[in-house]
Order: sequence, then structure tokens, then C-alpha cells
Amino acid sequence: MSLLEIRNLTVRFATASGWFTAVEGVDLSVEKGEIVAIVGESGSGKSVSMLAVMGLLPPTAQVTADVLAFDGKDLLTISPAERRALTGADMAMIFQEPMSSLNPCFTVGFQIEEALRLHLGLNKRQARDRAVELLTQVGIPSPAQRLSAYPHQLSGGMSQRVMIAMAIACDPRLLIADEPTTALDVTIQAQILDLLVDLQERRGMALILITHAMGVVAETAQRVVVQYAGWQVEKQDVYGLFDHPHHPYTAALLTALPERAVEGTRLASIPGVVPGQFDKPSGCLFHPRCPRADQRCVEVRPVPAGPELGEAVCHYPLGGAR
Amino acid sequence: MLRFILSRIAVLIPTFVGVTLVAFLFIRLLPGDPVEMMAGERGTSPERHAELMARFGFDRPWWEQYLAFLGNVLQGDLGNSIVTKAPVLSEFLTLFPATLELSICAILFAIVFGLPAGVLAASRRGTIFDHGVMAVTLTGYSMPIFWWGLLLIILFSGILGWTPVSGRIDLLYFFEPVTGFMLIDSLLSDQDGAFMSAFSHLVLPTIVLGTIPLAVIARQTRSAMLEVLSEDYVRTARAKGLPTRRVVGLHAFRNALIPVVTTIGLQTGVLLAGAILTETIFSWPGVGKWLIDSIFRRDYPSVQGGLLLIASVVMIVNLLVDLTYGLIDPRIRHGR
Repeated sequence: MSLLEIRNLTVRFATASGWFTAVEGVDLSVEKGEIVAIVGESGSGKSVSMLAVMGLLPPTAQVTADVLAFDGKDLLTISPAERRALTGADMAMIFQEPMSSLNPCFTVGFQIEEALRLHLGLNKRQARDRAVELLTQVGIPSPAQRLSAYPHQLSGGMSQRVMIAMAIACDPRLLIADEPTTALDVTIQAQILDLLVDLQERRGMALILITHAMGVVAETAQRVVVQYAGWQVEKQDVYGLFDHPHHPYTAALLTALPERAVEGTRLASIPGVVPGQFDKPSGCLFHPRCPRADQRCVEVRPVPAGPELGEAVCHYPLGGAR
Repeated sequence: MLRFILSRIAVLIPTFVGVTLVAFLFIRLLPGDPVEMMAGERGTSPERHAELMARFGFDRPWWEQYLAFLGNVLQGDLGNSIVTKAPVLSEFLTLFPATLELSICAILFAIVFGLPAGVLAASRRGTIFDHGVMAVTLTGYSMPIFWWGLLLIILFSGILGWTPVSGRIDLLYFFEPVTGFMLIDSLLSDQDGAFMSAFSHLVLPTIVLGTIPLAVIARQTRSAMLEVLSEDYVRTARAKGLPTRRVVGLHAFRNALIPVVTTIGLQTGVLLAGAILTETIFSWPGVGKWLIDSIFRRDYPSVQGGLLLIASVVMIVNLLVDLTYGLIDPRIRHGR
């Protein structure tokens, strides 16, 4: 049994102009102790699908799925109290903007200790000791003093370390990191990433890393899921994905990497933007931006290919028979 | 924190001087003067008029009078009433507890009902409860105090006979004022029924005076909460698995408090203005009624002194509000 099992996850939002489908038909299973990366441009539904797993979407969102289960528990039918017992304890999440994700009115210590006291039933003293231990683990110097600091006294990197300490406080089995380094300085980015991978290895927890940086994926993940405009367009292990991408979108993302650019030529880019609520194309969602699209792509919605082709949602997957 | 407090207090000094000027000029801008008012319809001869004006010092240029007033104020002397000859300060202090008691009850009434209404409306945005709170508070806010007071008197005092129409306590009871607050004094007096009598006299004026602040506080709380509830740190709190009660009531509410506390501070100013009307409706023996009478008599020292004292109370309340910002938000406390 997988730790996290998602089948045919769809998330819709009620808007003033009707339903907007942000995520459609996402399948994903995450095993204990593995690192899975979800990549895609902004607006591809990466965060929304993981917020659905955590149950953190606003009330305007409607979540449906054939299966949405954590450790065998059906997250769709679970009671709110049972859901809260899981959230922050067995599965935890860190976010893109560490500075605004910490509550400005409370000390770092208060914010870490409250989860410990809630889920593990620790008393004040125990929670404090454990919080010091956690801050040490995430590499914060003089942790005991830091506990009485307020978020505005911390830098962005420090804030993200505190967020990580908060997330791993109750020994979660699954940690979802939603673009944890996007808002940070480049030098800090690598540190935070190393920290996450290190914690993941030492604690044997599963890590889902949401990112739009292919470089980050190559360095950390074991398996990769590519999302585009709410569709999951390809799924592969990391080596396969970088060597033999099957979906034209994945291939385009890889050619856009500066490391892969051919010297003396312009860096490749994908023309256009991810479609939104009002400009969803017919047929294949990627066809307006795809160099290989033909009439069939405009008219017929593609179905996923077999696992040997990375389940690529494409009429003409790369490496397949044309 | 000390620097923060001192800087807040320093701001008050120019405000205070400004208030003395406004209080001084305001009453002199009205046509007529104290001597004319005292003489009444009979009138008085121009010579006698000039002589009396000179005796009170009203014949000197206005800036000279103002400087004299300011000098006296700084020595704690607000002058004597022209009509009663009693010191303005002691007249004010005799009446002020009644106004203060009414105002405190009204603002407590507004906070006790307004805050929870706003918080619940925000956390149940778009529900019938939310729409209901918004509709009721808009009605309350638009209600003219005078008319609202009369309606309540007709219903509760007239038709139902539940509450008395006017005054602070039944004439049956008499005791020396200790604190000046009727609720406390009646308890201290140990007379049977005195407290209930004081309480029932206070109910309607409290509701009438507290209605507008209640509406403003509820609406401000709702909008501040709505803004805060979409913040990232609220999502973080939910991601910890905290119960909704704690997410809304602690993590969100604490951050929404700054604009709400500001509103409460500003409403105390509105409240004291409203107290003048409310006291008139319910014959409440407070400074409001005294101030109105003084204006009609063009009792310059009483009006300027009374205005200054009321303004000072409002300034002190707002200073306290400013200081609570520091308690609520560590970023303000640390001077950022």
C-alpha cells in the first residue's frame, strides 16, 4: 500500500463566471521515504493538487477523486476531526513565502510549540525542549534564544528553516514542500534544499517537492511528475525523464534549461503562456504551444500512453511509433 | 517600548494646544454674548453692557484673552462659570461620572456584541448569518439617535413598562456618592433593590448610545477578519491541524485587532458626542446636558473648559489605544 494514493483527482473552483477546473485527472502514488517532484509552469495546478491533499483549499473549491487516500485512510470521507489529527502530524506542508507564512504576532517558539502540544500532548517544558532540538536540526544558531524571536526579526532563509522545523515537529511521514526556495536568495536556495533532502534521508519520510526549476528536480527527486494547465502530462523516474522525455512539453522544458543550451545560440523558450479559465483550447491543452501539433491535436483530446512512454498525455509521444 | 510610549505622548502636546484654541474660538463664533443672554428679553443699556463685558475681560482683543486662558489652563485653572460662579472644573467633575458610567457601559455593550458578530460573520462569509449581521448593523448605523431613543422609550417604558423613562435611579433610594458610578454606589449602599433600579435606568441609554459604535465595530471587525483570513499564516495555522476555533479566534483575530482597536478608540470620541443627545433624551444628569445648557447661556468659561476636558478624555483614550498597538503587534513594539 502506498503512503499517498491519488487517482483521478479533480479540483474545481466556483467563480463569478462559472466553474474553473484547476486540476483535472491527476494520478499519483507516493511510497514511504521517496522523493517525488511535481514540475510545471505557474498555473499548472501543482500547488492546488497538493493543497487538496492537505485539505487547505478555500471553501469555494470542489475536490473530487476516485481515490484520495493517505496511509489507507480515505481523505474524502474522513471526519474533520480525524483530518485535523493527520494534518500537521502525519502529513505536513511548507510554503513558497516563508516571510508571510509565519504569524507576525506570535514568537517562533509559540508557533512551533503549539503543534507539539496539540498533536503529541507535550507540556510546556517538554514542548520547549523539543522546539530547541528542532531548531538545532534545521541549522538555526543559538536556538534557545531564537524561540523568543518574532518572525519580523528573521531573514527569509531563517523563516523557511523555522517553517521546516514546524512542519517536521511531529515526525510526519509525508512532507509537501511547495516551491520552498522560490522566494529566497540563490545562495540560500541550495542550503534549504540540502536541508530538506538531508532531513528526508535521516527521517525516512516521503517528500513531495513542488517546483518549476528543473535543476532542483535533477538534484533531488527520484520520480518526476510533469503538470500542464491542470493535466498531468508525464510521469517518469528522474533519469528517464531527463534522458528520454516523452511529452513534447517536458522536452521543451528541458531544452529551455540554460545548462543544455548550445553555446552561441539563443536560449530556447516555450512561446505563449499556460491557458487560464477563459482560453482553454480544444483537444490537447498544449497544442497551441506545441511544435508538433496537427489537426488531430486541435480536435481530439489525447489519452495517456502506456507506462513505457511515461504515461504521456499526447497523441504523438516522443520515442513512440508515429 | 519606552521610546514608543514617549513619542506617542509627545504628539499629544501640539494636539492639546490646538484643542484649547478650537475650544476657545468655537463658542465665540456664535452670535450673542453672555451678558446679552443673562439680560434676556428685557435687554440692557449699551453702557451697562460694555461695563459688564469689561468686568469679565471680554473687551480685550481675542488673542490676549486666549493667551490668558491658555496660561490659566497650564496652571490647572479653567476659570469660573459666569452663571453659577462655581469653578468649571468642579462642576465638570461632579457631572462627569454619570457620563463616564454611561459611556463605559455603551462601549462595553458595543464591544461585547460587535466583536463576536463581526468575527462570526467573517468566518461564515456569504451565509444567512453574515447577511443578517450586515443588514442589522447598517440599519443600526443609519438610525438617528434621537428617534431610536424615543422608539425604545415608547416600546419598553411606555407599552411594556419594563424600564423607567429617565434619570439614573429611583427617588426612593438615596446615598452619598462614593465612586460617582451609580451601579457601584448602589451596591455599596446595601439598600435592597437599589442596584436593580440603577441597572434598569441604565439599560435603554446604554443601548441607544451603544448602537452606532456596535454597528461600526461589527462591520470593521468583519472586514479586518476577512482580510486576515486569506493571509498565508492563517493557511499555515490550518496546516498544523489546529481546530478552526483556534485558527480564527487566535491566529487570525490577533492580527485583525489593530484596525478594530483603532475603531474602538475613534468610537469613544463619537460616543461622547452621542452622549450629549442621549443624556438629553433620558434626562441623564451628565456633562452633555450641562454643556448644552452652557452653550445656550454663552457661558464662555464653562463651554471652553468643558470642551477641553472632553477632548482631553478622547485624547487619553486614543493614547491608550496607541499603546495597545505595541502590545498587539511586536513589529510596532520593536519600532519597525
